[in-house]
Amino acid sequence: MTERATREDRRDPTPPVSHAAAGRWQDVLFESATRLFAVFVLVLLLGILVALAFAALPAMEKFGFAFFYTNVWNPVTSQFGALAPIYGTLVTSAIALLIGVPVSFGIALFLTEMCPAVLKRPLGTAVELLAAVPSIIYGMWGLFVFAPFFADYIQPALTKVFGNIWLLGPLFQGAPNGIGILSAGVILSVMVIPFISSVMRDVFEIVPPVLKESAYGIGCTTWEVVRNIVLPYTKVGVVGGIMLGLGRALGETMAVTFVIGNAYRISSSLYEPGNSIASALANEFNEASDPVHRASLIALGLVLFVLTVIVLAASRFLIASLARGEGRKT
Amino acid sequence: MDNRYRKRLFVNRFNLVMSLGTMAFGMVFLFWILFVLFENGFAALSPVLFTQDTPPPGSAGGLKNAIFGSLVIVATATFISTPIGILAGIYLAEFGKAGLLAKATRFINDILLSAPSIVIGLFVYTVYVMQVQHFSGWAGSMALALIAIPVVVRTTENMLYLVPNSLREAAIALGAPMWKVILMVTLKAVRGGVITGVLLAVARISGETAPLLFTALNNQFWNSDMNTPMANLPVVIFQFAMSPFEDWKTLAWAGALLITLTVLVLNILARTVFRQASVR
Repeated sequence: MTERATREDRRDPTPPVSHAAAGRWQDVLFESATRLFAVFVLVLLLGILVALAFAALPAMEKFGFAFFYTNVWNPVTSQFGALAPIYGTLVTSAIALLIGVPVSFGIALFLTEMCPAVLKRPLGTAVELLAAVPSIIYGMWGLFVFAPFFADYIQPALTKVFGNIWLLGPLFQGAPNGIGILSAGVILSVMVIPFISSVMRDVFEIVPPVLKESAYGIGCTTWEVVRNIVLPYTKVGVVGGIMLGLGRALGETMAVTFVIGNAYRISSSLYEPGNSIASALANEFNEASDPVHRASLIALGLVLFVLTVIVLAASRFLIASLARGEGRKT
Repeated sequence: MDNRYRKRLFVNRFNLVMSLGTMAFGMVFLFWILFVLFENGFAALSPVLFTQDTPPPGSAGGLKNAIFGSLVIVATATFISTPIGILAGIYLAEFGKAGLLAKATRFINDILLSAPSIVIGLFVYTVYVMQVQHFSGWAGSMALALIAIPVVVRTTENMLYLVPNSLREAAIALGAPMWKVILMVTLKAVRGGVITGVLLAVARISGETAPLLFTALNNQFWNSDMNTPMANLPVVIFQFAMSPFEDWKTLAWAGALLITLTVLVLNILARTVFRQASVR
């Protein structure tokens, strides 16, 4: 590198061939290496599916498709069915979205349309910190602080308000002890807020200012602009954000494990303890010594993975299609 | 006529106040959680945490083995995932671009970014732990690395797009081979952003509990052999917090505080210090 060019070098008209050749095969090597790791990421997803399906085979052989819709979980007699944990997973996620979506929408609206410019960064970061807090911290807080508070103040109030309404009533009856499906759902809702609101913020920001300005110009209020311009323009992305939140909620483990109560039960009341797929795995997997028990738990994990992959793929597809449309329109 | 305007104005104000309310709702939970954590955590903090191992119930002890285990497992995972993630990110941004392989990889990477971590743990259990017949620190590192890779891939790719093409062209014009252009010019230009991605990945995996349950498991004693079950903070916190013993619960709060502070500091560091370096 540092040797000075001598007169001989300058006279020599041939370029340093060996260097160029070395560079060429080094390039090929380098590109193959990067491609190898890209393929690794690509194959990883398939690998997870195959490995789990393979390990779940003993359970599938024994129970067949009945595994997915029978409600029995008995390690003593080695009888397993996945209905209760699937039910718990779906119901807690539904509760999380029911609370989380409106709140995330409000936060995104506040941060994009109302917030003074100075506060935008710190408040945006604060919302994102909700996602940075490890899920086990949510679990401890949920078990030691939130559950007692929920049982003392929120649950009695909910029973009073909804307890006597037809159809809705049974959901809010039972002993208010703070541990159960409903509290797990509420804590999940706080955990998905940062994910949903960050997607919503991003898509709200891409609405062309011209559209908003012309709406303001004809006298629309801020709410009317959001309702009639921003939301219609971004609805695909908003749905994508909600799906992302759903994907997160389905697979959340530690926070749910602490407060859901770990009971294989499907009861009409949301106050009763239940189980989600993730919490069943966290609670039982290491104690499961019977191979069928273990395979059943792995089958549960496979169900969870397939569910989340479908939901997340839909979410990605929707958000990407909004971004593509954005490119075409402008 | 007047009524209609008043109604529109009322609807507008009502909804904006609700929006302010949702922001407050989010902040209340953040500060509530942090307040509870700091209150219990700082009360439980003592120098003994760093000098003694996890105790049996009923006696005093610390978290020395768990802190050490966490550090080693997370560091190993970072060393595995950083090169893999950066190289895959380079492929997507520099070679694959709009090709089918790159498109598919991007899509799958985005899904893996949010895939449930407990399933990743289960995966490592089936392909590694079940084959070698024992839990180990290595298995824990593998699971965490699989969670960190998508984060690094994503940020590396996004950062490389920020590099102006003129920089690449200048380097190529000087006769540099492609790999030198990428490693010594392009990647170097966005060093800060790539480090941000790695830090965010470290922050993400240092709080993960679920993937360690079936891989690294836990160990009550001091252990520096990665090939055996290893104590680590998240799993110790899980076990101690769920236990009925008061002194175990106190230790769990101390551990929770240590982990959260680490994660928050890493996050804020990534967002402030290295952000400036990357966006120019």
